[in-house]
Amino acid sequence: MDAAQVVAGLRAIYPAHRVLARPAELAPYESDALTAFRARPAAVVLPENREEVVATVRWCHRYGVPFVARGSGTSLSGGSLPVPGGVVIALNRLNRILRLDPEERIAVVEPGVVNLEVSKAAAPFGLYYAPDPSSQPVCTIGGNVAFNSGGAHCLKYGMTSNHVLALEAVLPDGEVVRFGGESLEEVGPDLVGLFVGSEGLFGIALEVTLRLVPKPEAYRTVLAAYRSLEAAGEAVAQVVASGLLPGAVEIMDRLSIEAAEAAVHAGYPSDAAALLIVELEGEEPEVEAELEELLRVVRASGAYEVRLARDEAERQKIWKGRKSAFSAVGRLSPDYLVQDGVVPRTRLGTALAEIERLSREYGLRVANVFHAGDGNLHPLILYDGRKPGELQRAEELAGEILRLCIRLGGSITGEHGVGVEKRQYLAEMFGPRDLEVMRRLRQVMDPLEIANRGKMFPAAREPEPAGVR
Amino acid sequence: MVRPADVTALQELVREYPCVWPRGGGTKTGLRPPEGAVVVELSGLRGVVEYDPGEFTFTALAGTPVREVEKLLAEHGQYLPFEPPLAAAGATLGGTLASGLSGPGRYRYGGVRDFVLGVRFVDAEGHVVRSGGKVVKNAAGFDLAKLFVGSLGQLGVVVEVSFKVFPAPQAHATLRVEHRRFEEAWEVLRALYASSFDLEALDLVPPGTLWVRVAGRGQSLGARLERLRAFLQGRGEVVEDDAALWEQAREFRWVPAGWALVKVPLTPRRVVALEQELAPTDSLRRYSAGGNVGWVAWPGSPAALSEVLQRLELRGLQVLGGGGPAYLGVRGPEPFAARVKRALDPVGRFGGSF
Repeated sequence: MDAAQVVAGLRAIYPAHRVLARPAELAPYESDALTAFRARPAAVVLPENREEVVATVRWCHRYGVPFVARGSGTSLSGGSLPVPGGVVIALNRLNRILRLDPEERIAVVEPGVVNLEVSKAAAPFGLYYAPDPSSQPVCTIGGNVAFNSGGAHCLKYGMTSNHVLALEAVLPDGEVVRFGGESLEEVGPDLVGLFVGSEGLFGIALEVTLRLVPKPEAYRTVLAAYRSLEAAGEAVAQVVASGLLPGAVEIMDRLSIEAAEAAVHAGYPSDAAALLIVELEGEEPEVEAELEELLRVVRASGAYEVRLARDEAERQKIWKGRKSAFSAVGRLSPDYLVQDGVVPRTRLGTALAEIERLSREYGLRVANVFHAGDGNLHPLILYDGRKPGELQRAEELAGEILRLCIRLGGSITGEHGVGVEKRQYLAEMFGPRDLEVMRRLRQVMDPLEIANRGKMFPAAREPEPAGVR
Repeated sequence: MVRPADVTALQELVREYPCVWPRGGGTKTGLRPPEGAVVVELSGLRGVVEYDPGEFTFTALAGTPVREVEKLLAEHGQYLPFEPPLAAAGATLGGTLASGLSGPGRYRYGGVRDFVLGVRFVDAEGHVVRSGGKVVKNAAGFDLAKLFVGSLGQLGVVVEVSFKVFPAPQAHATLRVEHRRFEEAWEVLRALYASSFDLEALDLVPPGTLWVRVAGRGQSLGARLERLRAFLQGRGEVVEDDAALWEQAREFRWVPAGWALVKVPLTPRRVVALEQELAPTDSLRRYSAGGNVGWVAWPGSPAALSEVLQRLELRGLQVLGGGGPAYLGVRGPEPFAARVKRALDPVGRFGGSF
């Protein structure tokens, strides 16, 4: 089916203005936050309710047309990258919070609801939605579900998967299914746990039941500056060894500190080689007691400056820099690749030293921010796409970093998912039989392979990044 | 019953028999093998494979007793917050995962599903398959480790599990708050559920006993208890040496011998309707995890209980046996689960259906 036929077919489901087909209309949907990849779909549809989503999927299945569901397109792994000539189902208009039940501590939402909006709606009841990827002012719950999004609080609170209780979804062959329930407990296999993180390969979530949790009574946020990354990493090991369970533990290196300061003026100690942010949260007497221990550990760890946020405003300022790091680094360089890998926490020092060595070897700067509490690294590889071969070198460097993560016993992705970007590495992390079982699950959900075709699973040959600007 | 000495032997058994059913410590007596299945006893697949306290993770073979793991963790000041039930009775890691059971401590940080990181299992064709990993954060591939939680051995035989662990609290204390009527106790439970008190456990034993557990640093425990009692209008009797109390709960020692024990997923609001139905019966109940699960002890076969659950649109799992099927209450067609079963076990090697 060619693009014109796809558009004609979809116009039977949608009014004309909600089927985008002209190149200028399609352009914003050709890429997501993994900007090195672009692909042109045949059409983008803008459903306003679940019936239209289901009708679209059924139409796609009937004619064997591949589709990609898209929230806000913040995926850093190409998760919402279109399939060339396929359909993009943009879910932003399914943005209603259908039910918020503070007594039961649940929210039932459409997939296009923005992550942060859930917490805003829950706030008057002293509740919030815990998974907080840095893109949360923009990213949608549907996207979070597809990629099992994380954030800075995963060690203590888990990822999206630990906060989704029930789902209604349309499978790629058009069947609508419900699974899970409103309870935190369950009988039967954890089907919600299987669906979350399946990267769109099992279809589209139509309705998501989320767990809300009470807002912690108190926070204590500590910022510590170090003269070396190793010292900061070692401090994390000490914090962990002391028996504390912080809500968040983050590290930024010199390059990312400089970028963040230039961008948002968080007031960070500007000459630090590394900054450590540790946040405690919980009941007031408890965090006070924990804080004593934390300060003792941090002061003994060789930090040359230690700051404690005195109020919520100072706390937000500390976080502002860290949360803006990715976009801030964009100022340092015409282009950059955000990487996402995991190493065992105790190997963080080794990993960072190796990344530094690789950076020199490839002649490309690498800024590092990471969720030190759970070993999740985000090296930002800076490059200039206008220089011939530089993107390719950046991607090779990224690949080396992923291999390093596997070698050290970690993972090729902590939270951004496999998507398009890392599918070749899935075969380095899992064996042939592991992949075969995953393929069979995919097959039974999507016999025609129309949902997010070409993602997660390794291809027969390397994908070419298309149309880099 | 056959007892493989290692994973390779297990693989051969799976290939040899048309239907196999894994067994760990046999503590969940309500879970029975399908008709004609060969029971594969996994006590030979035992031992901790990897444990690094600095990583907050460990990996162990499925037949490893929970008790053994908890003892090792305690030596390093760590624990499994979800308190696998029946550990003293001999529960294994694999059985805990397959039955999907968590103890009262699941209230604070989550249940077994929130702490499993990765699995290795023998699939229907006798291959060893790996999913997930050994690190606390991982988004690669489909999450089969979670899928296996509560799967009752019907998708494969789990041979190895990796779990996340947390630092163990320094001190614990429990408040016992008595009420004359269930409705009063439930109102207090609701108030605590809505509060920002960081509770380890929150259980309600009808008619009116509320058990509230706090845990954390020793120096702040006193202040936290004071504030809690103030919130409860000065009510509540402090039990400081509360380990035995919660052990009783975890081990279901309140369930009379020979009775069935059924797990019923609930929400705080649904607790009331269930209690109204069950209060006039001979059953015993314990509502745990802030009202997210009901444990119902029933004399004899729980067929009548199943009818009650069905009427209330609830499901149940028969954990300790009184005879009859494992799943009680609402049992609709489960199209998504059926597809999963078809993909992982098309020939029915592991019996059962969801």
